[in-house]
Amino acid sequence: MTERQSIISVRGLTNRFGEAVIHENLDLDVHRGEIIGVVGGSGTGKSVLMRSIIGLQTPAEGHVEVLGENMVGRTEDEAKNIRRRWGILFQNGALFSTLTVAENVEVPIREYFPFIRPPLLDEIASYKIAMGGLPADAGPKYPSELSGGMVKRAGLARALALDPELLFLDEPTAGLDPISAAAFDELILGLQKRLDLTVFLITHDLDTLYAICDRVAVLADRKVIAVGTIPELLALDHPWIQEYFNGPRGRAAADTAKEHAEA
Amino acid sequence: MASSAASPPAEGGSEPFRIRGTLTITRAASIQREIDAEADPVTIDLSGVERMDTVGAWLVYRTVRDRGAKVTGASPEAQSLLDQVEEFDKPVQVRPEEGASFGRVIAELGQWMVEVGRTLVGLLGFFGATLIAFMQVASRPKRFRWNAVVQRFDVVGVRALGIIGLMSFLIGVVIGQQGAVQLQQFGAEIYTINLIGRITVRELGTLMTAIMVAGRSGSAFAAQLGTMKITEEIDAMRTIGVSPIEALVIPRMIAAVIMMPLLAFWAMLMALLGGGIFVWLDLGIPPLTYIQRLQEVIPITDLWIGLLKAPVFGFIIALAGCFQGMLVESNSEEVGLRTTTAVVQSIFLVIVLDAVFAVFFSSIGWK
Repeated sequence: MTERQSIISVRGLTNRFGEAVIHENLDLDVHRGEIIGVVGGSGTGKSVLMRSIIGLQTPAEGHVEVLGENMVGRTEDEAKNIRRRWGILFQNGALFSTLTVAENVEVPIREYFPFIRPPLLDEIASYKIAMGGLPADAGPKYPSELSGGMVKRAGLARALALDPELLFLDEPTAGLDPISAAAFDELILGLQKRLDLTVFLITHDLDTLYAICDRVAVLADRKVIAVGTIPELLALDHPWIQEYFNGPRGRAAADTAKEHAEA
Repeated sequence: MASSAASPPAEGGSEPFRIRGTLTITRAASIQREIDAEADPVTIDLSGVERMDTVGAWLVYRTVRDRGAKVTGASPEAQSLLDQVEEFDKPVQVRPEEGASFGRVIAELGQWMVEVGRTLVGLLGFFGATLIAFMQVASRPKRFRWNAVVQRFDVVGVRALGIIGLMSFLIGVVIGQQGAVQLQQFGAEIYTINLIGRITVRELGTLMTAIMVAGRSGSAFAAQLGTMKITEEIDAMRTIGVSPIEALVIPRMIAAVIMMPLLAFWAMLMALLGGGIFVWLDLGIPPLTYIQRLQEVIPITDLWIGLLKAPVFGFIIALAGCFQGMLVESNSEEVGLRTTTAVVQSIFLVIVLDAVFAVFFSSIGWK
């Protein structure tokens, strides 16, 4: 593979919760402009890895660099400049329940750019909502009035509020029906191309992996055991990887992807 | 003007409005002002733009849309951003529709009245549902989960002993101290014992216990049931065929009804103890005299009054707590609101009922 610029670089990451070691000496590189999918069985610490990268979890050991800045042991003030350059979609949307969808989208903009006047703010919120693929009447709704798929789209609209370079998605298609999930995949792929995003994607959804991921990182045995395109991973003979991609679900997803490619 | 800023408008607006450097959200407010200051027709020259984001593109796009401006010198990237922003220019509603302010006040008042009416009807309905469930339990007592009730006894009763005991002890001390200060002026400090004895047994023991139980257990009932509502546990129960009222509400009610008089009695004893220690140390009245005097001045009806009110208060607290908990529908924020309402409602109802009881017992001659 050609030399590419790393936008996230994790070196020797170790995470422990009491006795339980989640990660041990984990390395990972994410290149600029790619969609990287992170897979692994339940409890292999996919979410913990993401939390370590975005600074919500202080690792026991190791070095994490995002957008060229060291993330470990930084003060909140220093981290703020990096925080506005990424957007994060949490697993359950994590929308602020007391705010409407539009207000949710406006929160990051207000936080970093308090001088922008309300009319312009509303216009920005309005096209971010459209960008997230939400219907026109979604703006004044509260999160409790939204369906699961709409919560994710609203979360994505909020993540995109500040034109991030880097987008973190924690299981974006979990809990969605296959049609919504496919639409969501398409949305992410479209946005990634248009906005030149780098996407860090945690998923269990094999269809998503085949449909949109450039590379896939496999978490097992407390580290990233392999990173590569799906054909590259299939060439390895690690039992978990074989089981994962060649199990009945894996094969079904591969067939669908092939059909799409032919069509 | 600074090198990165936009160039000033030339005569007649024929000169293009040139933007140099970055056209991003950081400069959105100032660039918008400058564009607004331009006279029509506007031509925007983007050839000097080094970096543009969607907000910058939006500013350019809306000028084109609203004022028919021309754009020149856009790089391919800038053009693709402009196209993309245009694509997402859909009419999206951002603010909820609002009526005129006077009409809105009236509407809110109306909604509030409807809400109050609904709550009262709902409370009555809930009361009925619990009565029916009580009947069902009474007809098939073997099927009832007595374990759950015993567990509630522990949470509502036993674990409250410490805080209620301490509170009552201090109340006894305070009544004794305040009474003694006033009564000493008449040389009637011996009547401090009357004051402590009657007020704690007849009124404060039960009332303060009810307030503490409402704060401790009533709120917990509302929060527990509310959370179970959100996590769909209650729906799961229904589908399995377990009545949530029978499984969740009745045990809590039984526990509150049985524990309240016991806790109230405990509170009375602790208040008497606190008052006794105070009069012993401060007024020099020995414990034996204190106890004898209490026996003489407290009519047994006072104890009945205190203990008869207690289960009623317990019932009210459990009813309000469980009712508010079951009303939770959508989100976690509502759990907090409902919990607050449950506590406020039950304390309010307890105090209103206490006043009713005071009038009632006086009029039947229990003075």
